[in-house]
This record gives sequence, structure tokens and C-alpha cells, in this order.
Amino acid sequence: MGVTEAYREGRDLVVERPAVWLLVLATLYLAVDLAGKLAGVTLTVGGTQLVGGDLAVSTFGRFMKDGLIVGLVVGLAGVGLSMTYSILNFANFAHGDYLTTGAFSGWLAAYVTAFVTLNANVPFGEIFLLNEPALVSIVSTPLAVVVGVVVSAVVTIGSVLLLDRIVYRPMRDKGGISLLIASLGVALALRYVIVIVFSTNTRGLTRTSGVPALDIPAIDGVVPLDAHEVTLVLFAVGLMLGVHLLLQRTKLGKAMRAMADNKDLAQVTGIPTERVVRATWIIGGGLAGVAGFLIVLERGTLNFNLGFRLLLLIFAGVILGGIGSVYGAMGGGIIIGVVSRLSLVWIPSDFARVAAFLVMIVVLLYRPEGLFGGVTTA
Amino acid sequence: MSGDGQPADAEPAATAGPAEANIPDDADVDVEDIDPEAADSSVEEDAKTVPAGLPLRVQNLRKQFGGITAVDGASFEVEEGSLTGLIGPNGAGKSTTFNCITGVHQADGGTVLFQGEDITGRKPHEIANRGLVRTFQIARELEAMTVLENLMLAPRGQVGERMLHSILPGLRGDVVAQETELRDRVWETLEFFEIDHLAEEYAGNLSGGQRKLLELARALMVEPDMLLLDEPFAGVNPSLEEKLLDRIHDLREQGYTFLLVEHDMDLIMENCEHVIVMHQGKVLAEGSAEDIRNNDQVIDAYLGDEI
Amino acid sequence: MSRVWNAVPDFFKQSDLRMVGGLLLLVYVVYALVNGFFAIVNNAGAVNAVVNSLASITFLMAVYAMMALALNLHWGYTGLFNIGIAGFMAVGVYASAILVAPPSGSPPGLGLPVPVAIVGGVLIAAIIGGIAALPALQLEADYLAIVTVGFSEIIRLTLQASHFAGTVQNPSASGYNVVSIFGVEFGTGGGQGITTISNSPMEFLFEGESGPTVLGQAVYPAADAIGIPEPVVLDLAYAFFLLLVVVSLYYVLLLRIGNSPFGRVLKAIREDDLVARSLGKDTRGFKIKVFMVGCGLMGLGGILWQGSFGFVNPNTFRPILTFYIFTALIVGGAGSNTGSVVGGAVFAAFLFEGPKLAARLIDAVAQLLFGGLPAPNNFYAAVVTLNPIAWLGYLVENVASLKFVFLGAVIVYLMQNRSDGLLGDRKEIASSVDLSQRPERPSAAADGGEPSDTAPSQGGEGS
Ligand SMILES: Nc1ncnc2c1ncn2[C@@H]1O[C@H](COP(=O)(O)OP(=O)(O)O)[C@@H](O)[C@H]1O
Ligand SMILES: [Mg+2]
Repeated sequence: MGVTEAYREGRDLVVERPAVWLLVLATLYLAVDLAGKLAGVTLTVGGTQLVGGDLAVSTFGRFMKDGLIVGLVVGLAGVGLSMTYSILNFANFAHGDYLTTGAFSGWLAAYVTAFVTLNANVPFGEIFLLNEPALVSIVSTPLAVVVGVVVSAVVTIGSVLLLDRIVYRPMRDKGGISLLIASLGVALALRYVIVIVFSTNTRGLTRTSGVPALDIPAIDGVVPLDAHEVTLVLFAVGLMLGVHLLLQRTKLGKAMRAMADNKDLAQVTGIPTERVVRATWIIGGGLAGVAGFLIVLERGTLNFNLGFRLLLLIFAGVILGGIGSVYGAMGGGIIIGVVSRLSLVWIPSDFARVAAFLVMIVVLLYRPEGLFGGVTTA
Repeated sequence: MSGDGQPADAEPAATAGPAEANIPDDADVDVEDIDPEAADSSVEEDAKTVPAGLPLRVQNLRKQFGGITAVDGASFEVEEGSLTGLIGPNGAGKSTTFNCITGVHQADGGTVLFQGEDITGRKPHEIANRGLVRTFQIARELEAMTVLENLMLAPRGQVGERMLHSILPGLRGDVVAQETELRDRVWETLEFFEIDHLAEEYAGNLSGGQRKLLELARALMVEPDMLLLDEPFAGVNPSLEEKLLDRIHDLREQGYTFLLVEHDMDLIMENCEHVIVMHQGKVLAEGSAEDIRNNDQVIDAYLGDEI
Repeated sequence: MSRVWNAVPDFFKQSDLRMVGGLLLLVYVVYALVNGFFAIVNNAGAVNAVVNSLASITFLMAVYAMMALALNLHWGYTGLFNIGIAGFMAVGVYASAILVAPPSGSPPGLGLPVPVAIVGGVLIAAIIGGIAALPALQLEADYLAIVTVGFSEIIRLTLQASHFAGTVQNPSASGYNVVSIFGVEFGTGGGQGITTISNSPMEFLFEGESGPTVLGQAVYPAADAIGIPEPVVLDLAYAFFLLLVVVSLYYVLLLRIGNSPFGRVLKAIREDDLVARSLGKDTRGFKIKVFMVGCGLMGLGGILWQGSFGFVNPNTFRPILTFYIFTALIVGGAGSNTGSVVGGAVFAAFLFEGPKLAARLIDAVAQLLFGGLPAPNNFYAAVVTLNPIAWLGYLVENVASLKFVFLGAVIVYLMQNRSDGLLGDRKEIASSVDLSQRPERPSAAADGGEPSDTAPSQGGEGS
């Protein structure tokens, strides 16, 4: 109203907005550029190409599909990370290795199932160590895939609860940084227990031949979608819906949302917090385990670094969606997945992860509450 | 506290300026009835003309948290060398007012003038460096630092805060010399507050009352012109409270200006020559302890809310 | 843990120098005995084996002490949770390597002299640190952790990318990847790595253009006489240079920063940033400075460590490297400089190298007792033997992985039980003078005397 008020608003605009405005402009530019590229229109000013170029619609479609698939996995895994962040108050750097745990245990189960159902003539040791290449596919061994999903969830939940019991529970009263550091220790120990069992080899696990693919027609070509990708999407979307129902319809879910919003409040109002904590680990761990299993189904390959390499992307998704928000984690994960793949339109693949991390840092700096601005867990 | 036994030195400040006249004796709600636009422009002019008699002037201060309006157009002034009390029921917006004055929060509207200069929206360290220093409602001692370190931290203009001075062999001599001087002052201050026996304790090991003493001592080490104390007696046992009060009176006599938040009416009435009452983010009344005691609105506010 | 501490003779507890000296002595005795034993068992030259092992363990202790000290400035003093250390080291190493590489090399560089390259590497690391500090100003510790680790991965992935490698130098060739800024051309080497400043930093002291220098002429024959070859002499010299000169310099620098008004403000920022600001300290400025200095020291640490092997690639700078350094600091006790040094030494000698040493020892003993442990070549093969000795054999074989499990467990144990580190809480007072010294006052003899009426000196008029 007064002079100072106007001055202050002006200063806010200059100090805080320019970065945001620049970002908005940059995003806008990229959108226009993308549209131009897709339409094959080029705008050239004074010899430099301003926007546009050439990008096949089907290539774009493939980027989008890959991005959505990675994004679903990142989003699924992000639910647990986000919940532990808000309910247990720490950034769990071991979360990526929960994915690895799920992947190895799930694929072990899937391999054993496939071994039994296919009556394969292979030494069991090769099955156990996942050394027999390309044994499983959703077509030839659908049961193995289903068993794998279930086992990945169960084993990961078991490991996560055990780790909570011996590592995190004795530290409930400690600060977030102590827990964060402890989680770095957990991450390392867990990862290398897996290495001791399964070695550092990268193995190919899924059969690619004979897996039917749907060719979705795009204007100038097709976007193939194979049965493994469809399986991944079905499981991921189904689980996300399940989490939604759990949070909205059950008493436990409501308690969890309340606690994520305000732990102290939840404690005084008498929600049994240890029960909520356990539920958090169960849901978060289970989803992480399944996410680990599913990404391997789609990629076909597995090694011990799988989860750790995804961890920063998962963090990025969670931060993008707003820490503490379950739906934000899902949405943020999908956006991060799409960003990391769509960035290939402009930058070489070496920098896809760089782009995702940059988005994460920028969001932390300018919109720490997340893109969807949610304080709420709902 | 008992109603009598008013400390001898609580007589009106010797330097009481004529600025009193600006405020209607029976300051009621009309403070916030002033048209904001008019208030702002008059402030600008006053800033130049008002003599140094009013180090702190707050005009139309406003602060919202989401839907809550914590401070709702509060205006008041603090007189040079006075011990002014700011009272009000819990949630009246006193701490938020302090936070806006000292730059911890950005006010949503209004002006804060310190010694004639507009300090609205300045950063906390800039305000402290101008000589306006505050303590916190919940004592914020630096727990893993000793009492001595806490006090040594505060003084302004330490050459050793420049990193090169502290590192380079030729320049470190200056740092040592200055720190030796400061150390003497720190010990004097500790003795003044009678916490010298705690000098080498970690601040985190102090009792609640000792922390309050430490905070005040630390604030003094900045050599401020004016101190804002947010509930310095909360959680302090009676004998320490007495001591703290004595110190405040001693310091006031040396020329310090105090603005003291307290929600214990009696304590303020006995010790402050000028009292400001806040309620629901507004200044409800202002005047001498006697005026306030007889103000119906104040009584309503207090009886209506709590106590 | 405290029982171990109680068993330490008092002599070593009396001063930090004695404590560190005692620790080094312990490490040397253990390493000398164990490696001497290996050499004898294997019929190799014992003196050479022992000296070689001492050189390498000294090197590791020194570099970890150095890095822990640098990190202590960020995390210990200021509470800045920087887990991007590997990235800042990479910046220092790569910057110096590019500055020193000849313009005609592959990748090309600037061809500057070594000292200039080192200073340049440190400055560039400091500047990149200053940029990374911008988030530090407004983020809480755990967000800062995510940002810094993200930053460090961005640096690593960028160095790894083939686009800046500088290996395809023909501008018209496809995949041309020389970076050119203001006409200055250089490259990172990409995934293949880059030649660093030196592969034998001490060589210049011992070997001149035409044969050994005076020092070389004096030392080489003597070393040779007891069976120590020249490269080991150089390694040993460099390790002790790092330990005695560099670590001491870092230590003194950190001590001076810590024990000063500057360090006091850093401590206050760690404890409660708002209090520091409310007392008139511009904490943003302090944080930026500290980030720059710390990252500069990390860059220098990187140059002296990873830059001393002659060659480096981006894989060296994975987040695990950061984790090692953090573990070293936490073991010794964040906030204490002596703790940082002790932590670096203990981490290197016992946590990092210890498991390997133990595995070799078990192996050697088994060799003596019953001709060696069985070595199943995978987990499954080991399990199905149902033979605990075979299991042990498998673990010994896989000690490199087991080490990580052990490190993880140590971190968890420390965070749960001993977050102050091995040395416990140490009162290191942030001041250049002894604060406990009271000013001399003639009448202040009696403590019970009347409390002073002299108020703190202030410009007000007394009554
Ligand atoms: N940081 C904050 N965020 C949200 N609301 C706040 C914050 N600080 C104070 N408030 C609200 O502002 C109102 C005034 O609080 P406060 O200034 O602390 O009152 P007082 O100090 O007079 O007791 C209260 O309703 C309080 O809940
Ligand atoms: Mg208050």
C-alpha cells in the first residue's frame, strides 16, 4: 500500500522472480521448439536456427513411452522414500538398495519358478546365481513373473523391517542427519551382501524373442509396446491405485497421512505411531521391491548397482512432487522419468541424468515445497 | 509476585522526552484507525524531524501466516532510555512483532524506524549491527559452545572474523590482541551477571534461568543501544528473576533502552514506566502502568482470554 | 570401546601429538609384523615388503587425514552437510590436469607449469565450491546433502561424457569433441580418463636431468643395500611428505581457522544460524567463504592424492569416495581437528585396509596349518559344501565386498553409540586466546566477595 510496500514488492519481483521467469521462459521455449521439431517447421533468424528442426513423431513417442515407464518405476519407488522422509524424518539413502533387494530376491524366485515349470535342464547353481541367461518371459513363464512380483515385495518388506528393528528403531530420538548417515551405512552393507551372494556380474534375465509387441501407430512410424512393458504398466498402475485406496479408505491410511503432516500432533492425538511406522516401512519397502523387480522385467538386465543408480532419480521425483506427498511422489517420479528421456531431444544421452539432477536442484532452490506445492499428504 | 516492593529505581526515566505528547494519553484503539497511506507518508517526514528521543518507532506493522493475521497494524514507539513493557495474552502477536522488527520475519506491511532510519525488511544481522539486539522467547543458546564462547561471539567489529586475519602469521597478532581485550570484558560481564562460575560450561548444560541470563549477557556484548527482550523471565525461578530484573534496572540507568515482552501483568506494572498492550495483533492501549491498570479494555482482554 | 581406551598408556594421552604419534607407531608395528610375516612365508624380501607396505599405509593415512580435515571445516565446524566431496576433488584433479597438459596432447591442455596448475586447480575447485554454496545458504542439512551429491554426480557424468573429451581433434571429423573457450582448447579425456600432473611427485628431488641428484646419490645406494628399490624410495618420500608436511599444514590452517573469531562464527552457524544473525553476523558471507575454502582444500587433496598416480578417470570420483571420507571424519569425531587426523589414520589403517590384511593373514595361517583354505568360486558352490571352512574361504576370497558390509556396520554402530567419534567429545575452544584466563583484578581475590557493581563498559552515563 505505502511506498515501502510497493518497494518491497518490486524488490521481490527483481530478486526472486527473475530466476523463476527465466525458468518459465526456458520451459516455454523448449515446448515451442519441440512443437516445431515435431511439425518439421524451422524458424531461422539471421542464420541461426531459433526453434524447430526435425523430429519424427514416432521417435518422440518412443521417448515418451520410455520416460513414462521409467517414471512409473521411479514414482512407485518414490512413495516409500517420501513417506519415510515425512513420517520418520530422514532422507533414506538406503532406499535405492531396497529396489536392488527386491530385484534380486524377486528374480531368484522367478528363476526358480521358471526352472520348475519349464523343467529346464540346467544345473540349479546357475539358476540360483541367475547366471542362466534369458530364462523368463511373461509369455513363456507368466507364473514366474507373478511369483517374482510377490516374492520381491515380501522379501524386501522382511529386510526393511529387520533393518528398521536393528538400525533405525534404536535411533528414533536422534536427528535426521544421524539417521541419514546411518542409512548410508545400511545402503553399503545391503548392497555388498547382495554382491557376496550374486557377485558384481551384470546378467540378462528376460527373454526378448517371442515376446509379442503392440505397434502403436504414430504419424510417421510406430511406437512399439511389448508385453513386458504392458505388464510393468499394469502392475505399477494397479499398485498406485492400491496405495490410493489404502490411504483414503482405511483408518491406518488416514493415520499415516496425519502423521506425515504432523508427527507431534499425531502423537498427542493418540495414533499408535510405532504401528504407523511399521506400516510405512511395509508399504514403502514393498513398493520399492516390486519397482526393482519390474524395472528389470522391462530392461532385461540386472546388477548390484541397479537401485543405487536410480536413487538420485527417485529423490528427484520425490522432491519434485513435494516431500511427504504420496501422490506427489508418483507424479514427480513420472515427470522425472519423462524429463530424463525427453531431454534426449536436445542433449546427448550422456547428459540425460545430468538433466534430471539439474531439474531436481532447481526445484529444491526455487520451489522446495514441490511442483504441486503440497504440504498435505493426501 | 506481590503487588508492592517496587524497586527503588523504577522511577520515570530521567530522559523522558516530550515525545509522550504525540500519543493520546488514553491511547485507545484509534492508533490503528489512522489511514495507512497517511501514516506512511507522515512517517517518512517524521523520520527526519523527530529527535533521537524515540529510538524505535513501529508504524502499522502487519504480518500474516497463511490465514492467521498475527500482527494487525500495530503502531507504537519506545522512548530513549526507557524500560518499556509490551504485554498481551498468549498469541497476541508480541513475538511476531519482535520478529518483524528484528528482520527474522518479513513484515507484510508497515514500517519500522530505528534511530530515524527505516529498517523495515533489513536482514537480522544488519539490524543487530545498527545497535538493536534481541533475545528469544525460548532461549537459543549455542549449546555445544561454552558460556565464554557464547559471549565472545557477540562483540561487533572483531578483526578475527576476517578469515585472512585469523590465518596469516603477520595479522593474527591483531586478532590475539583484540581477543585478549574482549576476554576481559567477557569476564566482567559474567561477573556482572554472576554466572562467572559457569564460564567454562557448555551452554547446553545450563538451567533455564541461567540460559536467560546468558542470553542477556550475550546480547549486551554486542554493545547495543537498545535491547528487545522476549519473555526474559519465562521459566526463571524467583531468585534468578530478581537478579535478572536488578541487572536490567542497572543497565537502564546506564542509558540502555529496553523493550520487554512479558505476559505477566504484575511484573510489567511494577517495573516498566511505559506499557504497551497488544491484543489480537493490535495495540489495544498504551500508557503508564497506572493508566493500563485502570483501562477497561485491557481488563476485558485479559479476563476474556486467560488468567 | 572405552575399555580399549582405558588400556592406552597415559603417556599417549597427555598430548594430541603423542596420541597421533602413538597411533602411527601402533599402525607401523602391526603392518611391519604382518607384512614381514607374509614376506617370510612367501620367501620374499622382508625389508622391501615391510617398507613398501609402510609407504602405502602412510600414504593412505595421510590422504584420509587430509580429506577429513577439509571436510571437518564444512561438516564439523559449520554443520554444512556436504556429501559432494568426490565431485570437488574431481574438479581439482581435472582442472590441474587440463592446465598442465600440453596443447598438442590428446586431450589438449594449456601447457602451464606444474605449480601454476596446482594453484589453478585449487582455485577452480574453490570457485565451483562457491557456486555450490548458493544452495547451502537456504537449504536445510538433508536437502543440502541431496543437492551436493547431485552436484557431484553432475560433475562426474560431465567429465565422463564423450562430448568434452578432446580426443577427436579434427574439427571436420564426426564426433569432434575439443572444448574451446576464448580460443583456448582443451578436453577432459571422457570415460578414458586423463593424464594427471605427475605419476611420481617426488622424482624431481631424487633424479635430475642427468642422473640422480645429490639426494638421490646419497639415498639410492643406501636403500639398495637393504633391498629397497628406487620406486619404493620415491613412494616412501611422497607418503611422508604428505603426512609430515601437507597434513601438518592442513592441521595448522584448520586450527587457526577454528581457534579464532571466524571459527567461532562457524560454530555458531552450526549450532543456530539465527542466533548468529541476530548477533550481527552475516552468516551468508561466512558460509560462502567456508564453502570455497573447504572445496579448495578438497581440490588440493584430490590433486595430491588421485593426481599423484599419473592417470585418473571419472570412475574414481563416485559417491563412495565421499562416503569413505565421511566415515573417516565420523570415526575420529566431527568438529575436532585432532579427531580428523586420528579418524583418517584409523579409517585407512584399520577399516579400509584392515579387512584385506586380516583376510591375507587368515589365508597365510591356513596355508601354514593345512595347506590353504578351500576357495569355492561362487556363493552357491560355497553353501552347498555345508562346510564352514569353505564358507570362510569364500568370505576371505570376497573380502573386498565384505569390507563394504563391515564399513556399513561400523557407520551404523558409530551413529547409534558413539556419534562423537573415537575420541569422544573434545572441548576445542574457538578462540585465539585462552579464554579461561581471568583478567587480573586486585580485589577479586575472594570468590564470595561482593559481586561487582561495575557493569560492562558501555557508553552510557553511569549513575
Ligand atoms: N512461524 C509461524 N507460523 C505460523 N503461525 C505463527 C508463527 N509464529 C506465530 N504464529 C501465530 O501468530 C500468532 C501470534 O503469535 P505470537 O507472536 O507468538 O504471540 P505472542 O508472542 O504474543 O504469544 C499466533 O496465533 C501464532 O500461532
Ligand atoms: Mg511470544
